[in-house]
Amino acid sequence: MNAIYILWLRQIKRHFRSKSRLIGSLAQPLLFLLALGYGFGPIFQKAGEGNYLEFLAPGIIGMSIIFSATFSGMELIWDRQFGFLKETLVAPISRFNIMLGRTLGGATVATTQGILVLLMSLAAGFRPISYLNIFFAISIMLLVSLLFTALGTAIASHLEDMQGFHLIVNFLVMPLFFLSGALFPLEGLPKTIVSLAKINPLTYGVDALRNILTDISQFGLLTDISVLLAVAFLFLLIGSYSFSKIQV
Amino acid sequence: MEAIQVKNLTKKFNGLTAVDNISFSVKKGELFAFLGPNGAGKSTTIKMLTTLLRQNSGRIKINGYDTLKDPNEVRRSFGIVFQDPSLDDELTAYENMEFHGILYSIPRKVRRERVKELLKFVELWDRRKDLVKKFSSGMKRRLEIARGFIHHPKILFLDEPTLGLDSQTRNHVWHYIQKLNTKNKTTIFFTTHYLEEAEKIAKRIVIIDNGKIIADGSAKELKEKTDASSLEKAFLKLTGKNIREEIGTGIDRMRLFRNKR
Repeated sequence: MNAIYILWLRQIKRHFRSKSRLIGSLAQPLLFLLALGYGFGPIFQKAGEGNYLEFLAPGIIGMSIIFSATFSGMELIWDRQFGFLKETLVAPISRFNIMLGRTLGGATVATTQGILVLLMSLAAGFRPISYLNIFFAISIMLLVSLLFTALGTAIASHLEDMQGFHLIVNFLVMPLFFLSGALFPLEGLPKTIVSLAKINPLTYGVDALRNILTDISQFGLLTDISVLLAVAFLFLLIGSYSFSKIQV
Repeated sequence: MEAIQVKNLTKKFNGLTAVDNISFSVKKGELFAFLGPNGAGKSTTIKMLTTLLRQNSGRIKINGYDTLKDPNEVRRSFGIVFQDPSLDDELTAYENMEFHGILYSIPRKVRRERVKELLKFVELWDRRKDLVKKFSSGMKRRLEIARGFIHHPKILFLDEPTLGLDSQTRNHVWHYIQKLNTKNKTTIFFTTHYLEEAEKIAKRIVIIDNGKIIADGSAKELKEKTDASSLEKAFLKLTGKNIREEIGTGIDRMRLFRNKR
């Protein structure tokens, strides 16, 4: 138990100590929120879809979470390269608990990130249907964070160095983000794109957040949460299996 | 009883045999040196002994537990100071120590006392609140050694513990290791390139070269066998004078055979 806690704490400390990382990870969502939110606002309105910022804010929260969570999971590669991973792997704790501590830490970091983006959205003019719903939204953020941290860990367990990192970002994280309905509604899009979006777990995360914060929903909250829980569980299983097979 | 038992251990990397069917054992409480030129297979062997790497064939028992079947029990039995860095640069010296103490579930009171005592021992107590990334390589090495001593395992692996340290600190560290060995009956398994250290400290020496064990005995026995005046000379007679090449990323990962034979 203590071991899980100290592994969790380490992820938190590392994240909040690095000022450049903190600022960098908030700059991108802020840019998206302002540039797209204000830029596409009028067109969106003219198309009869309502307020774009309302639509976009949950999507950008989802974006900040998928980036932050996947990267947290993939910090494993750094730890392997800088040697610290060995220190934890020879300790008398099960690999599963190590993976759990790291994943919870990464997920906490990603959730904090999501909350900060939510606060930025509020400052930019986003209004949720009820402020009380924010607490519910935070638990969804945590679920989505867990899911993608576990995915990041699973991938990083198979990578020896940083070479593969950009590949993962460009061919996995970016497409997942763009094909999640974070930026545009999925209705009326070509079938292929809709099918791709439907097998993308982020789609359900964004949909759940949108449902809770703005009452717009495509799949309904029950479907969203069921899919997120199932996929998070699956990724945690795959992540801990991959992690248990690591050789240094 | 034996602390470490190795039987017919073999490890191959991409067709190269890094460790070639070796067998040896280390008695409980023994001060044991595992020597060999660069790329001989030392680190690969240590990685297999400490559950970081799985062998292709052969069996290892640490404190009576099989490394493949009972890795958790094995990990409970040993401590290790690694050859290459294994600190978290983004944490302070104190946090690195504390992290280790908690991972090894040392009660808070004992942990605090030992961390303080050990940080003073390696003269880093005044720098305990500094991030490790600000440390010089010698300071990092000292911190790693101090960290390795926080918990008192039955078996302690030391992979070139004194590499990059000045002679004062080296003396200091060996003294501490000897004390652990006599007082706590800790089995010590160490590697070093300073052969005079091995000669002075080790009760038994095994030499590995090209993945095979080529000598086993006390420093005195090895010197007599090779008719040499020092362990260093005995070592050179046994392993030859060619400089070994290491390629690839892992230290022992890839090995070129001597003279491409």
